[in-house]
Amino acid sequence: MGRRWNLIKGMLGAAPQKPEQVSERVQKIMFLKYEDKDRYVKEKLHARAHHEVSHKWRNRRWAVLIAVNLLFVFSFWLDIQILEGALTASRFVGFHLIDLNSALQVMLAHKHIIVNLFIGTFTVFLLWVALGGRSFCSWVCPYHLVAEWAEKLHLYLVGKKIVTEHEFHRGTRTVFWLLFALMAFVSGYTIFETLSPTGILSRALIYGPGLALGWVFLLLLFEVFWSRRAWCRYVCPIGLTYGAVGVISPLRISYHVEHCFHEGDCRKVCLVPHVLDVTIKGRADEEVMSLGPDCTRCGLCVDVCPTGALRYEVKGLSKLL
Amino acid sequence: MSDDAVRKAAKKPAMSIEKAQKARRKFLQSVGLTAGVVGISLLGYIPVKANAQAPILRPPGSLDEDDFLASCIKCGQCVQVCPVEAIKLGDITDGFGLGVPYIKARDQACDFSCDAVQCILACPTGALTYDKPDFMEPRSGMPLAHAPILKAKENDPEPSLNLKERFGVARLDKPDACLAVQGKGFKGVARGAAFTGTMRYIDVDRWNPIPVREHPYEREVCDLCVTECPIKDAIALRPFGPGRFIPVVQEQCVGCGVCEMICPVEPTAIVVDAQATWKGEA
Repeated sequence: MGRRWNLIKGMLGAAPQKPEQVSERVQKIMFLKYEDKDRYVKEKLHARAHHEVSHKWRNRRWAVLIAVNLLFVFSFWLDIQILEGALTASRFVGFHLIDLNSALQVMLAHKHIIVNLFIGTFTVFLLWVALGGRSFCSWVCPYHLVAEWAEKLHLYLVGKKIVTEHEFHRGTRTVFWLLFALMAFVSGYTIFETLSPTGILSRALIYGPGLALGWVFLLLLFEVFWSRRAWCRYVCPIGLTYGAVGVISPLRISYHVEHCFHEGDCRKVCLVPHVLDVTIKGRADEEVMSLGPDCTRCGLCVDVCPTGALRYEVKGLSKLL
Repeated sequence: MSDDAVRKAAKKPAMSIEKAQKARRKFLQSVGLTAGVVGISLLGYIPVKANAQAPILRPPGSLDEDDFLASCIKCGQCVQVCPVEAIKLGDITDGFGLGVPYIKARDQACDFSCDAVQCILACPTGALTYDKPDFMEPRSGMPLAHAPILKAKENDPEPSLNLKERFGVARLDKPDACLAVQGKGFKGVARGAAFTGTMRYIDVDRWNPIPVREHPYEREVCDLCVTECPIKDAIALRPFGPGRFIPVVQEQCVGCGVCEMICPVEPTAIVVDAQATWKGEA
């Protein structure tokens, strides 16, 4: 329970904690790993040499993300009526689905909840409990995809020393979550929806582009020239809302310390590198550890890890099989 | 160094000056980011305030403006079910009205060709509703005296629309420009060959709306706002001097805006006042 609470605090913005106690099993693994330095280096280079650079999970994820958004688009354009509405609220073959954060904004602003709103919200809650919470971000949110491309450009420019990286405090997102909730409650307007690039992009795809895309473009410029993935990392309350759902989700990325050379490639590609803090040498206290709820289950770390130390896992399923 | 300073320094955890400065800068930048984004988000109030003076026509069954903006989840399901594509979504220039549905009657009015107010049925949050919750008192002049009868369904067993309140009221804005007031007729395509609006014509096709430009009219005295009005007893033509007539909006007007769309005069002689209450015959 202590670890879970630490992970939640980490999601809210706290710096990751070093473990107070490392299990004997892990101590043994670490001892064996570093017992023979030459062998360790040799094994590491061997693993690197045989690592086939793969984009398996990224490609799958992009395919799913594009497919989901196209399903929205075609349901309207071609009138196939499978997934009607937009990401904020929709019907899947008639069943209400309502985005948790949009629902929260409406409930706080309007202070009246009708049955369909509740049903749709609860259905989506269950859906993302099953599918990993923030997996909404990386597997569905259209802004995530364009932000990923902008991030590539940003990292290229940083590499060329044309732009410098600016980090904000991760707790800023928690402050935003509280502020947007408070503003909705006090003002009676769903203020966050006016800025949400998720809603704006989803509607632009389905109902046609508008001036609101200019705001999304500005956000991307900010991310390219100022701060890596700033919206998702430091602002978006949707991510935190789904992160909270992810706390109880059995679908997560698990980390196997035995296979890890602690090189940190995973942390470099990660949107939320604090969840990969366990991969730093000496931070893992158990042999297998699942990453925190802030993890978007995007799988970039799974793809990049040369030794298979990071894997998708459904908690409880491996025991069943 | 004084004793005081030494004691202070001893209390603080070990942190290099550089690191402390960096943390401070990060904190200040984070405060700046928060203030910036919140500030930008609040700009959305400006168009809402401006719209209070010139209300926007919302789809039928919409709650009062403030409740509507609060409860609308900006999903556009109402847009998807409208057979005449009358419903559009607000842009960022509408501030908090971004993604909120509206109708621009002159371009494409709601003609109830869906028969059942489908947009209300589609709404997942009750922003469009058949039945307002009890605690939301209807504004006086909004409730309709009785359920509006849809002319197209007049001979059906259930001819009425499930609509308890109006969403606007029509008004003869420029009586002098009105063809009927001038005693003039109208012949041709109501809004010109370039007009893209559509409407359901019961005698052409009961189920499919057709472009208005494909339905020319020939009237000795122009009465399009009266004949094309989809609601029974919502507007009537009254004699107004020799050979002249005037359209009079009646209490059953729901504010759909078909009269505004079909009026062949440019700019339109009759308009729908969005969210307006019934104040008696003009």
